[in-house]
Amino acid sequence: MTELIQQYWQQYLFGTLGHPTGLVVTLWLTAASVGLGFVLAVPLSVARASTNRWLSVPVSFYTYIIRGTPLYVQLLLLYSGVYTLDSVRATPFLNAFFRDAFNCTILAFTLNTGAYTTEIFAGAIKATPHGEIEAARAYGMSNFTLYRCIVLPSALRRALPAYSNEVILMLHATTLAATATVPDLLKVARNASSEYYLPFVAYGIAAALYLCISSTLIWFFRKAERKWLAYLR
Amino acid sequence: MLFEGYGRQLWNGTLETIQLALLSLLLAFVIGLVGAAAKLSQNRWLSFPAAIYTTLIRGVPDLVLMLLLFYSFQDWLNRLTDALNQQQIDIDPFVAGVCVLGFIYGAYFTETFRGGVLAVPKGQLEAAAAFGLTNWQVFHRVLFPQMMRFALPGISNNWQVILKATALVSIIGLHEVVRAAQDAITGTSSKGAYHAFFFLAVAGLIYLILTTFSNLAFMALERHYSIGIRRSEL
Repeated sequence: MTELIQQYWQQYLFGTLGHPTGLVVTLWLTAASVGLGFVLAVPLSVARASTNRWLSVPVSFYTYIIRGTPLYVQLLLLYSGVYTLDSVRATPFLNAFFRDAFNCTILAFTLNTGAYTTEIFAGAIKATPHGEIEAARAYGMSNFTLYRCIVLPSALRRALPAYSNEVILMLHATTLAATATVPDLLKVARNASSEYYLPFVAYGIAAALYLCISSTLIWFFRKAERKWLAYLR
Repeated sequence: MLFEGYGRQLWNGTLETIQLALLSLLLAFVIGLVGAAAKLSQNRWLSFPAAIYTTLIRGVPDLVLMLLLFYSFQDWLNRLTDALNQQQIDIDPFVAGVCVLGFIYGAYFTETFRGGVLAVPKGQLEAAAAFGLTNWQVFHRVLFPQMMRFALPGISNNWQVILKATALVSIIGLHEVVRAAQDAITGTSSKGAYHAFFFLAVAGLIYLILTTFSNLAFMALERHYSIGIRRSEL
């Protein structure tokens, strides 16, 4: 057991400078997919909450497909399915993009968390009190200003509790990257487990580290809620 | 042939997925009820372990827990059989899958049920007790039906998560629908590479059909448990 820890502690935490592994990769995957997912979700949620059917129906179709299928299947499809299509291989840009496991993983995670986040934000946008919107219109605000100054700031705040759940679920979902050969925390644990044949210790260390990240995120979101939802308490 | 001769395997995989999800749901449901009772109990020896269980399980990714439990139990079992000079026993992936999924999602169900129980007005339980109902009658006639109404959105959510988590069990060697698709891809790789995309899309479609039908079922359940409740109209 001590041998396993001595041999693998560096890989569990950060690997080497040129070849990062473990915790650092997990954090990077989470941050990248949550960040890109957020950027994707804000415009999509506005479209999803729109009364214009040409905007809302395509977005709800996207969220329906993504939320109705497992992330593992989505990842497999993007990682090992798309690259087998001839048209993808023939296009130099797509060929280069889908050949890299890391790109496929980030793409799958972003599309996945983007769909869930879109639904969370759209729900919050729809729950905006009617009077606020009426008042903003009475002030002569354009649609863009209305969303920028009234709807989005309050909707994103009210979405915070549900959003924090989604971020933690995304952290948990990054473990799937290990199945696509990305050297995240779980992949290191798998390697350690098969080298020393100590599954409980190897996976236990990973579990403890994931627990630490989850707790930190929960603590951070609790602080954020106290700050940004102070007016609701 | 539409599925290159792998239609049968995909169908069996789908059945395996459904069985796995339903049995895990049943186990998680029972663990959830017991866990919620323990967590709400006044007795610290019950509420504290339950709180540890839900915090630990919900803080660790399901895939990590799945691999941890599956390989550790197999390891311990091997050591035990070695020590007793017995033959090695291999844990059946299906049984392991049900136990692990049930154990993990039991923690989520515990929280769902706890919220549901807390949402039932206390006065009703007191009134029922004052009418001389036994504890079991209070649970089964007053608490449970109302708790189900409050817990139903959470249950529906958890069920969708369990259904989709069954895809992970292929990683510990169960022949469910994702594994069937992967087998089909390996089997047809000589006939042209585009099959990988096709079979994975089929697996995704099967999941989409399952989640859609379960959504419809939950809408019917919600109507059932909301009988006698007036919706507020905006």
